[in-house]
Amino acid sequence: MTLEVSLRHHFEAFRLDVDFNAPMGVTALFGKSGAGKTCVVQAVAGLLRPDAGRIVLNGTCLFDSAARIDLPVHRRRLGYVFQDARLFPHMSVTENLRYAARVQGRRGVPAEEARVVEMLGIGDLLARRPAGLSGGERQRVAIGRALLAEPALLLLDEPMAALDEARKAEILPYLERLRDAAGLPILFVSHAVSEVARLATTVVVLQEGQVVRHGPTADVLSDPDVVPALGVQDAGAMIHARIVAHHPDGLSELQTCGGRLFLPGVSGAVGACLRVRIRAQDVILSRGVPEGLSALNVLAGRIVSLRTGEGSGALVRIACDEEHILARITRRSAEAMGLAEGDAIHAIVKSVSVAQGDIGG
Amino acid sequence: MSGWLGAEGWAAVLLSLKVSIWATALSLPLGVAVAWLLARKEFAGKQVVNGIVHLPLILPPVVTGYLLLLTLGRRAPVGAFLEQTFGLVLAFRWTGAALAAAVMAFPLMVRAIRLAFEAVDPGLEAAAATLGAPRWRVFVTVTLPLILPGILTGAVLAFAKAMGEFGATITFVSAIPGRTQTLPSAIYGFLQVPGGETQAVRLVIVSVTVAMGALVASEILARRVGKRVAGQ
Repeated sequence: MTLEVSLRHHFEAFRLDVDFNAPMGVTALFGKSGAGKTCVVQAVAGLLRPDAGRIVLNGTCLFDSAARIDLPVHRRRLGYVFQDARLFPHMSVTENLRYAARVQGRRGVPAEEARVVEMLGIGDLLARRPAGLSGGERQRVAIGRALLAEPALLLLDEPMAALDEARKAEILPYLERLRDAAGLPILFVSHAVSEVARLATTVVVLQEGQVVRHGPTADVLSDPDVVPALGVQDAGAMIHARIVAHHPDGLSELQTCGGRLFLPGVSGAVGACLRVRIRAQDVILSRGVPEGLSALNVLAGRIVSLRTGEGSGALVRIACDEEHILARITRRSAEAMGLAEGDAIHAIVKSVSVAQGDIGG
Repeated sequence: MSGWLGAEGWAAVLLSLKVSIWATALSLPLGVAVAWLLARKEFAGKQVVNGIVHLPLILPPVVTGYLLLLTLGRRAPVGAFLEQTFGLVLAFRWTGAALAAAVMAFPLMVRAIRLAFEAVDPGLEAAAATLGAPRWRVFVTVTLPLILPGILTGAVLAFAKAMGEFGATITFVSAIPGRTQTLPSAIYGFLQVPGGETQAVRLVIVSVTVAMGALVASEILARRVGKRVAGQ
């Protein structure tokens, strides 16, 4: 179950030249606006015909310019969730959900419909019209409608871009459930590092129409070379953690690769696994074991790479066991501390600096 | 009723209703097709098609009627062909009146439906395609329901225009009482004879009532459909 994409297309302003594979799980197409993310998704869906290239889904060729294959949109068997939901305004939620079965001339499977409705929590909306729904509700219905088309691939084109923070928080858990339960590859377009860190298994970083990095999420996000494409403010690694205990003072204790983390407001059962994103600019480095600090979270590791750019900053990639943390410090401190690859180091993370939205299953 | 209007007036009202209903019903599918073409397709000669469609709106109606007579009269090539092949005679028949009314009302109909097409979000049609609907299915299940208010508006406008059509009709089919004398030409006829004013005023009342009735009915229908389409 994979998607192979290889595309070349000339636009007036820029060139799209992209090659990547999307395995099972969530593949995030990540990049700033104008990087060509949506164009790639549209080409996969057949809504945009590239000048040249080849798109193969699970062995079925959807597009091949050399072989003159261009499967029409309605025969590609994709579930496409658009930024703006695009529910049919003249149909009820139920009619929207059943639209694909209706036009494909097959009988809907009630059990499947019930499962999707339950997973997305849209049971109370079924009789309503799209105009009466909130943005988050609409997006959930749109996801349900796409899933009930029995797609071989799900395309999510910034499904949360038009939503405010509260609505995003409402949708994210459903997307996580989807990733774990849907059993089909998902291509997920995003320009928010926090969403990518929380959802993606693989990341494809796009910059000006080119793939600049492609790999497992944790590797890509902790790679100093990717930081310019992510944006310095948002850069940061994703690590896995397991809940060890919820303490009475409101902090939860998490076991990670580099030691224990204490974070506030973590929900989930003891033993559950989470993803935690640690922004590079929220990390302080220390050679010795720090003492007399208010920060609770100290992770031990070893410097694997040091990258100094043109500016005043330096990016340090630290290995803790199998995983990596990224720290952004000033070049001056890197020089003053004499940091070098291979050095043992302690990374200090203020517990409050790990944002709520960055913790996810 | 026929006493109040007189046999001649009553015949004119019935004829006008018949002519307008046929003119509207028969031109509607073509109107939808042309509106779709103008709203959604780019092709060579699009401006020419657009111009021809709008011509009856800007030409003097007499000219339109005369052009119809020149092409579709019994001695004209197309008219003779229609008579020999299908036995269809248009000139100086009620069928001709229906054609003249349809031609004159066509631009109004197309404009209304074209606006409705342009208001449909192509994104919804793309979404329908990704869900597995072939093009014609997208049109029937998404586009058509969404433009229904526009089609209704276009049809009512065309009907009202057909009810009032005078210049092209009288030029193409004349105003033979009981055969081709429509409501407007009957009103004109009564005004030409001494003492005919009472009859003319009565027909004017009928004319205003029918037009207003059609307009109100379409408003109510369009609002109802519009609400459904807007998802409320």
